[in-house]
Amino acid sequence: MADQEITLMKGNEAIAHAAIRCGCDGYFGYPITPQSEVLETLAEQKPWETTGMVVLQAESEVSSINMVYGGACTGKKVMTSSSSPGVSLMQEGISYMAGAELPALIVNVMRGGPGLGTIQPSQSDYFQACKGGGHGDYHLIVLAPASVQEMADFVDLAFTLAFRYRNPAMILADGAIGQMMEKVVLPPFKPRRTEEEIIKECPWATTGRIGGRKPNIITSLELRSEEMEVINLRIQAKYREIEAKEVRYEEFMLDDAEYAIVAFGSAARIAKKSIEIARAQGIKVGLLRPITLWPFPTNEVKALASRVKGILSLEINAGQMVEDIRLAVEGAVPVRHFGRLGGIIPDPDEVVEVLKSSF
Amino acid sequence: MTREEIIEKGQLVYKKPTLLNDTPMHYCPGCSHGVVHKLVSEVIEEMGMTDKTIAISPVGCAVFAYKYIDVDWQEAAHGRAPALASATKRLWPDRLVFTYQGDGDLACIGTAETIHALNRAENITIIFINNAIYGMTGGQMAPTTLLGMKTATCPYGREVKLHGYPLKITEIAATLDGTCYVTRQAVHTVAAINRAKKAIRKAFEYSMQGKGSNLVEIVSTCNSGWKMSPEKANKWMEENMFEFYHLGDLKDTGADK
Amino acid sequence: MTEEIIIAGFGGQGVLSMGKILAYAGLMEGKEVTWMPAYGPEQRGGTANVTVIVSDSPVSSPILSSYDTAIVLNQPSLEKFEPKVKPGGTLIYDGYGIPEPPTRKDIDVFRIDAMDAAAEMNLIKTFNMIVLGGLLKIHPVVGIESVLAALRKTLPERHHHLIPKNEEAIRKGMEIIKKL
Repeated sequence: MADQEITLMKGNEAIAHAAIRCGCDGYFGYPITPQSEVLETLAEQKPWETTGMVVLQAESEVSSINMVYGGACTGKKVMTSSSSPGVSLMQEGISYMAGAELPALIVNVMRGGPGLGTIQPSQSDYFQACKGGGHGDYHLIVLAPASVQEMADFVDLAFTLAFRYRNPAMILADGAIGQMMEKVVLPPFKPRRTEEEIIKECPWATTGRIGGRKPNIITSLELRSEEMEVINLRIQAKYREIEAKEVRYEEFMLDDAEYAIVAFGSAARIAKKSIEIARAQGIKVGLLRPITLWPFPTNEVKALASRVKGILSLEINAGQMVEDIRLAVEGAVPVRHFGRLGGIIPDPDEVVEVLKSSF
Repeated sequence: MTREEIIEKGQLVYKKPTLLNDTPMHYCPGCSHGVVHKLVSEVIEEMGMTDKTIAISPVGCAVFAYKYIDVDWQEAAHGRAPALASATKRLWPDRLVFTYQGDGDLACIGTAETIHALNRAENITIIFINNAIYGMTGGQMAPTTLLGMKTATCPYGREVKLHGYPLKITEIAATLDGTCYVTRQAVHTVAAINRAKKAIRKAFEYSMQGKGSNLVEIVSTCNSGWKMSPEKANKWMEENMFEFYHLGDLKDTGADK
Repeated sequence: MTEEIIIAGFGGQGVLSMGKILAYAGLMEGKEVTWMPAYGPEQRGGTANVTVIVSDSPVSSPILSSYDTAIVLNQPSLEKFEPKVKPGGTLIYDGYGIPEPPTRKDIDVFRIDAMDAAAEMNLIKTFNMIVLGGLLKIHPVVGIESVLAALRKTLPERHHHLIPKNEEAIRKGMEIIKKL
């Protein structure tokens, strides 16, 4: 295999290749459209024969996420991927991992819901990803890729952030990004960490009491409320630090913009096309693309509100991120939402029409 | 005579396993968990696996097993211990990986995880405490509750029409190609305790030899949940539980592998 | 240069793979490419379409309202995509599956009888390469050498002996496409 490789592949395939290349130790997953290519590509690549990465098809998403939980307890770089209904099943395990403060990667290639819904693309799991999803006061670090290249790049980034903060991270993609093929530069190979390195880097991990150290116990349970509050406060302090340090976003044609679109993932791609069309008609509009959905670029959106006359939240859902935009803007300028539902992706022309009629 | 003097004179006939620490157990007096904890600790020590063991605790009475046995522990979500164990063993193949689960955890909410981990021939051991009741939540009906047995959620006795049949999951496990050693034991007498210890040792050894998955069921008492004295609970277990849950090895293919 | 193309037909006509070869050829010429399929639950049959964008600059939206070129290979696809060709754009269709031809006058319409040609050549599986040849004749989005290189890259080794047949098909397509 070439070290750094330029190729054409689907977003889902890019996730799999990037996982192998970034030294991922284990993938545990269950087939569901539109993300099955992740597991299929891994099975086809047989990384267990090259890097030693474990790949296992579980009996359900419930089992997948708990395999990830078990693997994460041992300090290994482990991940799963699924699509919306499967990620709903994983919420219990995700909450446990957040509670036990474990690093892991969960990829959600979103499809339209609710329920079994559709297999077509959607962004309607924003709330689930950013506002908890499972029970308890917790957050995931949520990255929203807008290209196949970012699908590849965010695997390593997600693991880096997950281990830096001992917190599960999520790549929140959608069926469009998962299924489309684009040029991608695959990252260079990074060796998997040795057991000695893991034991050194993750002194908290359940690796066995090597050297006769004290037992390590991974749990999210603490029945004494006074203790449980202390644990919660520590986790919240960690979240504040993540909010202060890890916000990521992209700005596009905002310098002279009178209006702004805020959009993530494939909606941001559509927004860029709409901006080209709108600017050709003399409408000065730009884009702010949150790359981290949590932590949300609250300060940047707030600053934007002092520069533009109105903000359009373009989402492939019924209006979820728009709530975070409104919280940031605090009523300073009008904030509108536009989205299509049920697996329909808005097309660039209709977004331009919405821009014209909204402000 | 001091403790040290007794040991000095070579009169030490019994010693608590080092792995079993001095934390007071939350288990009810008379409960089988304490004995099984001791056996597990002894076997790990005797196998020299103290520094290479990763254990998974369940949700149920044994949720706090991690407080008592000094190895590395992962506390799983209800029923999911075999999933954690599967990944852990595959990622750390030279570690001794076992789960310790009760009947509600293993045979009800975690049936899928149990069956599939066993059938994938994961090189793990599942220690399965079957006391036919949900102990920690206060004595509700379990999948293994016997017909006629009274619990908080079948106060007039379990009946087929309302609740269906008790589940012999260990018999199911024995039919799976992935299992190597499947056995049902008890810890109500010294002889039974000795047999149970041998079974745990065999299961752990098979798992380390890569022979597949192993299930050791321990038919147990829950005197609090059954609302009996420990002594009476033991007797009731012998007379009723063993009738339905026959003791002995159900499968042992370790020698053939 | 940006070329926004929709290719649409029945599942099994090689619509997705034609798009993939085109995108791959673009990649090999150092261009920016996006291949966006409309995916469905069907493995065979049903309708299939794919948007392929080949550009000298980064591609914005993979989802488009209108296209520079539409290649339609059955009647439902014609009905769906004829109205979405940009004024002055191009529409290519195969007369075999389309009894009622396009009607727009503000676009360039080309007909390619690729199904008939493929049958004549006894190379029914290269149908989509004939169509691709037609496209490349009127819009040389990528060079034929890049297409052949893309085939070498994407076809499994055991099928490489078929590449000359594919080249033959591409050249046939270039020959038989005609403007209406």
